[in-house]
This record gives sequence, structure tokens and C-alpha cells, in this order.
Amino acid sequence: MELIKPDIGLLFWMIVSFSIVLFILIKYAWKPILKAIKARERSIAKSLDAAQRAKDEMAKIEFGNEKITALAKIERENILKEAKEAKVKIIEEAKETAKQEAQKILEDARKSVFKEKEDAINEIKNQIAELSVGIAEKLLRDHLSDGSKQKHLISNIVKNIELN
Amino acid sequence: MHRTLLNIILSLFFVVFVTNFSFATKEIAETDSTSNHNEPIEKKKGFDTGEFIFNHIQDDYGWHLFSYNHHHVSIPLPVILYSKNKGWVTFWSGKLAHNPSYKGFTIAKEGTYKNKIVEINEKGEFIARPFDISITKNVLAIIISCIILVVIFVPVAKAYQRKPNQPPSGLQSLMEPVILFIRDDIAKDSIGEKHYERFTPALLTIFFFILLNNLLGLVPIFPGGANVTGNITVTMALALVTFIITTFTGNKNYWAHIFNAPGIPWWLKVPLPLIPIIELFGVLIKPFVLMIRLFANITAGHIVVLGFFSLIFIFGNISEIIGLAVSPVSVIFAVFMSFLELLVAFIQAYVFTILSAIYFGMAVAEDH
Repeated sequence: MELIKPDIGLLFWMIVSFSIVLFILIKYAWKPILKAIKARERSIAKSLDAAQRAKDEMAKIEFGNEKITALAKIERENILKEAKEAKVKIIEEAKETAKQEAQKILEDARKSVFKEKEDAINEIKNQIAELSVGIAEKLLRDHLSDGSKQKHLISNIVKNIELN
Repeated sequence: MHRTLLNIILSLFFVVFVTNFSFATKEIAETDSTSNHNEPIEKKKGFDTGEFIFNHIQDDYGWHLFSYNHHHVSIPLPVILYSKNKGWVTFWSGKLAHNPSYKGFTIAKEGTYKNKIVEINEKGEFIARPFDISITKNVLAIIISCIILVVIFVPVAKAYQRKPNQPPSGLQSLMEPVILFIRDDIAKDSIGEKHYERFTPALLTIFFFILLNNLLGLVPIFPGGANVTGNITVTMALALVTFIITTFTGNKNYWAHIFNAPGIPWWLKVPLPLIPIIELFGVLIKPFVLMIRLFANITAGHIVVLGFFSLIFIFGNISEIIGLAVSPVSVIFAVFMSFLELLVAFIQAYVFTILSAIYFGMAVAEDH
């Protein structure tokens, strides 16, 4: 029965010591601990919030980047296309120019050849004329050595001359 | 539910064992006293299981450490008495261990004040039980556990202040999950978001005090071994703390529920206030149940462990060989029980705390 009989002395000391330890622990342990844990929880929540916001921001930026990249792609395509067109045009133009140049060169060549030919023909003509005169001179000299022949010739020439 | 069932089974188990063996012990004592009158050494061997167990789970004026060659080694503790005849009297408990009486005081061997200090006259007759606020074994154990609590948690608090917003380290990381568990799963869940912060420090103190003393009670050597939470006075003081907090924080709604419970037919309140009486009893029974539950669980565990150890001595009294043969079995059972008690130490600290939290929650509940 002594087991379930409260003892006044023990109760007294228990209440005294428990009250003291309650006071000390509340003041110097639980309050600072709970306050620190709460502050830390708040800071963690805040950090997580900030991280989330940064993530959102990043996503936004990434989205912007994508847009920019897409735009750049289109731009590049355009530029390439334009470049291709320009190339084709330039080649076309170059070809045209070359053709014209060639034509011109050909023309010039033809002209010069013609001129050369003309000159050559003229030269030949002159030479032929000289030669003919020479031959004719020789022939005449030959023919005119005898009188009959001279007469014949003159008569021939005279005959041929038509008086008009 | 499971706990009560377990306790009932264990108690039955214990009762069967102890009654059986106390018979056996008595027989031995009788045979001892009849046949061995001339051999006092043999007579000393008589072993009283009940006495052995109760001496271990009860408070004591000194702190018995060990016995060597029939010589008891104890820590003497101050005895503080106040009697009408002699006024304040203080002396060391060792004085009563070595003398039958000291300064007119002795430890009663039997009667109402068995094992307590009583005042006697010259003829050795009982005069009165003095007002006794001695620093007993349990008082010292309480003081030691209070010091341990302060030594553990004040540095932990300092660690929190030293490095705010940092992850916990060392002792801090050991305690933090428990503190968070009590705050979130006990206080916040039972009391509610609005009021829990007011009660968390008290709940933490109650929880760690009970847990520490439950665990120290399992340690057989000093400074453990005192049966603090298995002492009805201690559990009474703890229940009183819960009762006082509940009563003083009780709001209008709480008292209205007791004296004029809403939703109850009026004829249950007037003229015979049946429900108010029942409710009022409920207010007193709640802390009473807290007191009994903790006391009974811890004491039962200790009794069973001690019962298993007693088996060694009981059989040892019959024959040393049987005693030696039984000891491994006893040790195995005692180890098993110690593990169970370890579990109970946590469960009972938890149960006391959560029930206190529920009562606090009732006291501050808002009207819905």
C-alpha cells in the first residue's frame, strides 16, 4: 500500500524542482529553440519562394531566348535566301557582262580582222597593180619592139575606145 | 488499447510467478528457521521476493549502491524533519542505517509508516510521523534529471542562437526531430494552430522530464535506478501541472461545456445537475488517470524485471545449481523485458504528453 501513497516531502521537492526546471527550460531553452526553429522555417520558406521565383524568371528568360533563337533562325534563313538570290543575280550579271564583253571582243577582233583583210587586199591590189604595170610595161616593151605589132595594138585600142 | 492489454497480460504473468514463488520462499524461510537455528549464516539466505522488489521500486532515505560481504554501501542523503517536540532536525541518512534510532527518530519497520522515519520516545514507542522533507533517493534523482535536462537543452538553445538559419549539428540534430515532433504532431495537432505556441514549452518539459526519468529508471547503476516516474507522488505532481495549466487556461467555452453543456436536455441539468457533476468529475479524473497510467506502467515494468531477477535468488535458495541453471533464463527474460520497458519509456512519455496536449486543446477550444 505504501506504493500508492503519495509522500508529502517528495511532492514538495518534486514541485519545487519541476517548477524551477520548467522555468529555466522555458526561459533559456524552449523559447530560444522554438523561436530559432520558427525563424529558420520562415527563412527556408522565403528562400524556397525566392528560388521558385528565380526559376520562373529563368523559365521566362529561357522562353525569350527561344523566341530570339527562332527569330534568329528565320533571319538566318532570310539572309541565306537573299544571299542565294544575290549570288544567282551576280552570276547572272557576270555572265551577261562576260557575254557582252566577249561579244565586244569578238566584234573588235572581227573588225580588226576585216581591216587587216582590207589592208592585205589593198596591199595585194597595189602589188598586183604594180606587178601588172610591170608586166604590161615588159609586155609593151616586148610588143612595141616591132612596128607592126605596135600598129596593131594601137589600132585595137583605138577600136576599143568608143567615142561618146 | 494494446498497451492496456499488454499490461494486463504481464500483470497476470507476474502475479502467477510471484505468488508461486513467494510460497516457495516462505517454505524455505520456515525450513530455515526450524532446522538452522544454530547457523545464522544459513538463516540470512532466506529471500523475500516481495520485500526485495518493493525495496527496489520504492523511495529510500539513502541511495544504496551495492552490498559487499553483507556490508551495504550507500550514498548518505540529508534527512530534513520537522516535529512538534524537536522543531527542525537534520542529519545524514547514514546515521539511521548504522544505529537503530538517532535523535529520537527511527525508520518504521511496519505499520502505516513502514519504511518512513517516525519519532519515538525513550522506550521506542511511536509518537508521531514528523513533517518529512528529506532529500531522499527520488528527490536526488529528480534533481539530477533536472540538471541533466538543463545541461542538455540550454547548450542546444545556445547552438541555435549562435548560428541562426543553419542546419542543426551534434546534440542539436539529435533533439530537433523530437522537439519538432512534439511541436507539430502533438501540440499543433491537438491544440490547434491558434494556441499551440503557448503550450509547446510546457509540453516539451513534461515530455523530456518523463522520458529522461523513464530511461534513467532502466539504468541499474547510479545516477539511474531510482524509480522516479514509477512513483505515484512524482506522477501526481506531473498530473497536477497538466491540471493546473488546463484549469487556468480554460476559456469561457470550456467552463460552459462543464457547467452548462450545450445540446443536453435541460432536465439533465436542473433540478439535479447530473451532467455538470459528471463533467466536473471528468475534470478531476483526467489528471488522475494521467497519474495512475504513468505510475502503473513504469512500476509494472520494473516489478516484472525484478521478478525475473528474483527467480535466480529463489532457486538459488533451493539449490545453488538450480539457481545457476535458472539464471540464464532469468537474464534472457529480464533483457526482453528491459527492451519492452525501453519501448514503454517512450510510449508513456508520448502518451502523457499527447493527453496533456489534448486537455490543453479542450481548455482553449473555440465554440463552433
